[in-house]
Amino acid sequence: MRYLPLTPDDRARMLGVIGVPDIDALFVDVPAAARRRDLFDLPLHAGELEVERELGALAARNRPAGAGPFFCGAGAYRHHVPASVDHIIQRSEFLTSYTPYQPEIAQGTLQVLFEFQTQVAALTGLDVANASMYDGSTACAEAVMMAKRVTRREKAILSGGLHPHYAATTQTIAHAEGMQIVRQAAAIDAEADVIDAIDAETACVVVQTPNVFGVVTDVTKIAEAAHAAGALLIVVTTEAVSFGLLKSPGEMGADIAVAEGQSIGNALNYGGPYVGLFTCREKLVRQMPGRLCGETVDAEGRRGYVLTLSTREQHIRREKATSNICTNSGLCALAFTIHLSLLGEVGLRRLAALNHSRARELRDALAAVPGVEILTPRFFNEIAVRTPGDAAALVEAMLADGVVGGVPYSRLAPDAGLDDVLLLAATETTTTDDIAALSAALNRRIGR
Amino acid sequence: MSMSSVGRPTQPAAANSEVGFQSLSGGRGLLQDEPLLFELGGWDKTGVDLDEPEHDASDLGDLARTAPIGLAGLSEPETLRHYVRLSQKNHAIDLALYPLGSCTMKHNPRLNEKMARLAGFADLHPLAPVSTAQGALALIDRLAHWLKTLTGMPAVAMSPKAGAHGELCGLLCIKAAHEAAGHGERRRVLVPTSAHGTNPATAAFVGYSVEEIAQTADGRVDLADLEAKLGPDVAAIMVTNPNTCGLFEREIIEIARLTHAHGAYFYCDGANFNAIVGRVRPGDLGVDAMHINLHKTFSTPHGGGGPGAGPVVLSQALAAFAPAPWVVSGGDGFTLTEQDVGFGRMSAFHGQMGMFVRAYAYMRSHGADGLRQVAEDAVLNANYIKARLSAEMTPAFPDGPCMHEALFDDGWLEGTGVTTLDFAKAMIDEGFHPMTMYFPLVVHGAMLIEPTETESKRELDRFCDALIALAQAAKAGDAERFKTAPHLAPLRRLDETQAARKPRLTWRPEPITVAPAPLAAE
Repeated sequence: MRYLPLTPDDRARMLGVIGVPDIDALFVDVPAAARRRDLFDLPLHAGELEVERELGALAARNRPAGAGPFFCGAGAYRHHVPASVDHIIQRSEFLTSYTPYQPEIAQGTLQVLFEFQTQVAALTGLDVANASMYDGSTACAEAVMMAKRVTRREKAILSGGLHPHYAATTQTIAHAEGMQIVRQAAAIDAEADVIDAIDAETACVVVQTPNVFGVVTDVTKIAEAAHAAGALLIVVTTEAVSFGLLKSPGEMGADIAVAEGQSIGNALNYGGPYVGLFTCREKLVRQMPGRLCGETVDAEGRRGYVLTLSTREQHIRREKATSNICTNSGLCALAFTIHLSLLGEVGLRRLAALNHSRARELRDALAAVPGVEILTPRFFNEIAVRTPGDAAALVEAMLADGVVGGVPYSRLAPDAGLDDVLLLAATETTTTDDIAALSAALNRRIGR
Repeated sequence: MSMSSVGRPTQPAAANSEVGFQSLSGGRGLLQDEPLLFELGGWDKTGVDLDEPEHDASDLGDLARTAPIGLAGLSEPETLRHYVRLSQKNHAIDLALYPLGSCTMKHNPRLNEKMARLAGFADLHPLAPVSTAQGALALIDRLAHWLKTLTGMPAVAMSPKAGAHGELCGLLCIKAAHEAAGHGERRRVLVPTSAHGTNPATAAFVGYSVEEIAQTADGRVDLADLEAKLGPDVAAIMVTNPNTCGLFEREIIEIARLTHAHGAYFYCDGANFNAIVGRVRPGDLGVDAMHINLHKTFSTPHGGGGPGAGPVVLSQALAAFAPAPWVVSGGDGFTLTEQDVGFGRMSAFHGQMGMFVRAYAYMRSHGADGLRQVAEDAVLNANYIKARLSAEMTPAFPDGPCMHEALFDDGWLEGTGVTTLDFAKAMIDEGFHPMTMYFPLVVHGAMLIEPTETESKRELDRFCDALIALAQAAKAGDAERFKTAPHLAPLRRLDETQAARKPRLTWRPEPITVAPAPLAAE
């Protein structure tokens, strides 16, 4: 077996050194009733070629986003990732290292995390960022629970524009921790509605911009209302490229900002692994979840980096930890940081402007289709439209035209009564031909 | 000195090996100090070529950013150089044995990486129409079948994103099951003292109070103490098996029986499944829920701290409470149930698909026969290390075999002035990553060594020889070697206290305190 270096002779000699007759002697502590003598009913070992054939056949049964016109977003976005990103993350020293518990021999990972934290804080306009969470949705849930620790209040108000899967994740996890989660009804452009729900028990309000319908919102007034009531404002962003064009959450008064970082450096991967971005104001840092990398010096005074403030974490504080998170998304954070280093300030701004430009082209094309109504007044790269019938059926029908025409809102929230709402995203990968194919498909399928 | 015909010395000059040699630049040969991205790059520099946008952002009005972001950019060659230089400051499994106990740092096959990058998996959107993702759902279903077969459990929740996330999933299933049965009053969780920190943290996370179970002198759960603490208010026990001392819980079936007799559920921390895969099925031991770290047992890379993946296998009693989404197999192929099932939702999408592909490629490569050999070689390697090192070091539990990891205490360091930390740092000078230190908490100065099955006998011997030599040096009074270690790493020992006292968590430009000097005249 190609992954096992020991030879039969090695094994015999090692058993001799240990002083036992056979391998079974090392498993004597297993209760006799639980010892399995026979091989399990699974296929036997396979060579690389055979494994490649099986997995290649499975992969071929999927339609990759790049196979044709493609407009799905709603929390995951298809972007072009430079070739050097994937090359660097496959360096053995990054790919096959552990969490940097021994800083003297993990400065590569640690310095990257320090760069990552700095980039994430800059993007969101906040002071400090952690070394990543699993994804945007779990970061959202953690932010809500952090608000409980900060304010000692237990109510969280989730805006109706928050991605329904983020709301469900937050409801599941934060509710289990004893919080009261108030979910507002889905509405296209109603972020300000959270203001009326804020009361003296409110720990936080959670607002997404651009929201799940693509709507960009100035949350400054919401921040003022939350702060006046002693609550925190948590801003959620599922499309990290938007930070290049839009006012940052920090500028608009957010106390905590969380985001899905997949758009920068990471492939779609059918939903994971992704990378959760988590930032907050400096005064809240000791209530943050997750790992933090900090600057220090070594015994000779040279600059270096270590994991720090670990007294917040489970391996030190156990049941009193700020979160149970251990492994996070190190390698995805590395990909994010490399891609963002390649982009830089001018590159990210241009990429964001390009996304917006493609979305304007998409908007104009959609507006020209009879029967399609544009619902999103201000957008970054994603637009919600009302279709004449069931949006899910429309998406299915357009598949026959070779077009993956977006995400029906009913896929995210079947009970919201928005079965005619379709979400469509454009990115720098979307071409004018793609948009023309979408227009043709919509015209063909609507009105028949 | 002898010279070649072109005047090149054929033997190294003595000065090259002199300790204390200083380069003129202050660097260490090819291993140079590497500035931060923000010190190297520029706001106006970029490593990508992008089209000019055709439309501007005028329709966004004052929602558009006006302030600079504060990012630095690099050209592509500079980016490669920066990150490759940084990579050289890391230790990795591909460089040497990486004996972190409880972390299972095994070889990460590159076939897995290649398969995960097939466009059909990597470029697949999580909300793509289900009819266009049948291969992905089939893969999840096959992986689930393997996990269920290997564990002897009837169901598995695939969406948890790492081990601790899996623990949370398991406990939420248990909580939901108790509530469904009208037993919401069960609020206590029993956890052995030797448990991973994530166990009590997770139990507290879902609002349970945590109580510790005592350990016997031979490193196992104290059955009498467990029985005394079980009661009508106990929701679950969380036991790691093999446990964090590297020992199989001999009384595991009785532990499960007692737990069930008191109406509680048995959560098993599956971090150490690598020791028993193919030989023991947790389902046969009475386990109700167990997470499987795909990044441990099933070889997906640790990546410097993730991503992991933590599917949770469930007993029949808990299966109905598994969170969304569910992959459902039907006559026309697979469907996804994304709403209104189980206790709710753990994350936005379907789990760590990229890790599923890697883990499945690994399982298929090993097969039923290879996986059984994995457990046997992992246990053999650990016992070999334990046998060899016992000559100089004191095993915490000398009687009987260990499983996949060998635990030592610091008794053998007594009187040497060397601590476990010092010893670990000195291992770096010998070319090895330190073992897990000071964990589990039940053993003084603990050193937990897990070699995994992917080490050759030659590498195990090299490792044992190095540790024996170090142990002998410590006992011979060479404490200085240890107190000041590491000497040969990219950096010397780092000041973690200073880092925590006044945290600097992001780069900020140094404030300019003196006026810049005027430019010299040409």
